[in-house]
Amino acid sequence: MKVLLVDDEIDFVTTLSNRLGLRGIETDVVHDGQEALDYVKDQEPDVIVLDLKMPGMYGMEVLRRLSKTNPDIQVVILTGHGTDRDEEEAQRLKAFDYLRKPTDIDKLADRIRGAYRFKLEKTMAAAAFAEAGEFDMAKDIAKDAERLKTAGEIFKDEDKDKT
Amino acid sequence: MKALWSKIRPKFWKAQVDLSGGEQDVSYYSRIWKVAVAGIASVSVLPLVAMAFMNMNQYQNALKAQLVFPVTRLVSNTKRTIAYFLHERRAALRYIVMDKDFDADCSMERLNRTFIRLKNSYGGFVDLGVIDSHGVQKAYVGPYDLAGKDYHTQPWFREVIIKGVYVSDVFGGFRDIPHFVIAVKQDQDDGGFAILRATIDTDRFNSLISSLDLRPFTDAFVINHEGVLQTPSRFHGNTLEKIKLPVPPNTTTTQVLEVQDNKGQPLIMGYAYIEETPFVFLVLKHEKELMKGVAKLRRNLGLFLALSLGLILVVILGAATHLVNRIYEADLTRTSAQHKIEHTNKMASIGRLAAGVAHEINNPLAIINEKGGLLKDILSLGSDLPPKEKLVGLIDSIISSVERCSVITHRLLGFARHIDVRSESIDLSQFIEEVLGFIGKEALYRNIAVSMDVADDIPLIKSDRGRLQQVFLNVLNNAFAAVDDGGRIDISVEPASPDRVSVTITDDGCGIPPENLRAVFEPFFSTKGEKGTGLGLSITYGLVQKLGGNISVESEVNKGTSFVITLPVRG
Repeated sequence: MKVLLVDDEIDFVTTLSNRLGLRGIETDVVHDGQEALDYVKDQEPDVIVLDLKMPGMYGMEVLRRLSKTNPDIQVVILTGHGTDRDEEEAQRLKAFDYLRKPTDIDKLADRIRGAYRFKLEKTMAAAAFAEAGEFDMAKDIAKDAERLKTAGEIFKDEDKDKT
Repeated sequence: MKALWSKIRPKFWKAQVDLSGGEQDVSYYSRIWKVAVAGIASVSVLPLVAMAFMNMNQYQNALKAQLVFPVTRLVSNTKRTIAYFLHERRAALRYIVMDKDFDADCSMERLNRTFIRLKNSYGGFVDLGVIDSHGVQKAYVGPYDLAGKDYHTQPWFREVIIKGVYVSDVFGGFRDIPHFVIAVKQDQDDGGFAILRATIDTDRFNSLISSLDLRPFTDAFVINHEGVLQTPSRFHGNTLEKIKLPVPPNTTTTQVLEVQDNKGQPLIMGYAYIEETPFVFLVLKHEKELMKGVAKLRRNLGLFLALSLGLILVVILGAATHLVNRIYEADLTRTSAQHKIEHTNKMASIGRLAAGVAHEINNPLAIINEKGGLLKDILSLGSDLPPKEKLVGLIDSIISSVERCSVITHRLLGFARHIDVRSESIDLSQFIEEVLGFIGKEALYRNIAVSMDVADDIPLIKSDRGRLQQVFLNVLNNAFAAVDDGGRIDISVEPASPDRVSVTITDDGCGIPPENLRAVFEPFFSTKGEKGTGLGLSITYGLVQKLGGNISVESEVNKGTSFVITLPVRG
């Protein structure tokens, strides 16, 4: 599992990286939107944890570009500035989740894992259908956002039961 | 009196309304009221009064003319009658003396016959005498024994010699019966002359006048040139008494004068000199009659004037009070609406600030959360403790994040504290830094360069911090909305005049088209559509006015906009 953290608060993001490491999630860290896009070009991460308000390119712009170029990457928004409008916009751009700072580390770790599992299932299902020659179905799975999203909702509900 | 005044005093009398142009002084509305009342009153009352007086004068003149005309007519008619009466008798005597048989030595018998004829045909003759050129009465017919009387020393004798005819004043004579004398002279063939002298009693004379049928306050009589009454009068004495009025000047025509009697009462005097006699005919009319009409007229006019003036004044006072009241109420409504809008705007800007502050606090809180969490992780998950310095480092960054939070909360507190404070000394550069503190983060995120250039000799200014904050927040928010990411905003502070400081806020944003430039300070003008209320700049304008300053704007499309706020140094 490859996870990328994007945030301009260096103190915050390094500590976050450390703590996620303690929970078995290895992460790379970049500090602004452009760096994040560059990183994605080199090595495709499975999950990106993305801040919205950053100098230079905003998180939302990064999300927008990724949704076009790398729709398979799951993005978890983590912001201290977000408004309801931002949340709607993120949902529209198919971000996996939207969290507000400060957040519980274990919750964040769960979401990252959930996003990863979701990505895996999505690609595996698509691969299985492709193997069975059901290319149409595979395409449908890739396209049908709502059906795929339900998989994500299951993880969310599990979280709610925990807290 | 005071109690009454406080009861009827309109409520705007000492009212002050806090308008955007500053507060008016206490007599603002009462002054409007006074000007309105004075103005309307002067254009309505003055013409009315002038008209009333003009009318009064006109009527008075007309009345006087009405009074004078009959007097003139009466005088000239009566004068003609009297003159004719005298002329007739003179002519009769002349006719007699022109008879070729007439001379000083005519017989008594013949004189007597003539006398009787005269008496019968003309009447009024009392006696008749013939006087020779030596002044001796040669023959006499009459009730007195005057034959042989020598007249040559008397003035009338000399006058008749010169003029040929003589009419005497009225005099009492021996028996004190008023009468007058007519004498005519006839030259004789022998170079001498004879005079026929007739005495005429004044009864006929008096009856001429008493037949005039005069009105009760009118008097008519005859005087001689010395002012002695020749006929009896109603109010000015009896025959042969002197009247107590001045004798009017000699003229040949009928005249009317205004005189005063000895009691100071005004009189209308009509008179005419009767030619070739010592008589002046007078008609006196009391102006009382005239005054009665005039007084009535004056009373009516005055009453009418007073009534209409009262009515006009009541209407003017009512209308002015009503109007000023409406203005006052409109001002009140406007002010309260303005206050409401200002309050809404203030609330909105506080809300905006609160949102910004909350977001800003979330970042350090997130750091604290992670650092604290890491500490907990280390203590609970790790088997061996890491070096002491690492733990201290973590705690240090927690503390510094807390400090970051407290800076933000203090700033907010500072803003809130100043919302209701009135006037205080403000260091403008520090103040603007403080305002920028709220929105500086946005500049950072959007890569907007904000520069500030403060001249060295900027004094502390006295102003209302809360309002000033709102002004600068509004203008800076506009500037931020206008510039693109990566744009720039320049703030410069410089002295505008000895007691004014100007702050110029220039952005390189989209600019305002000239057709909108004039409207930017008007309420509800907005180009942002749904996003704006169109009130921000109009409230800013009002606030700057209230602070005693002014705000102006210059702009060029696609080049940028400059707002210049000029503030007084002392409040």
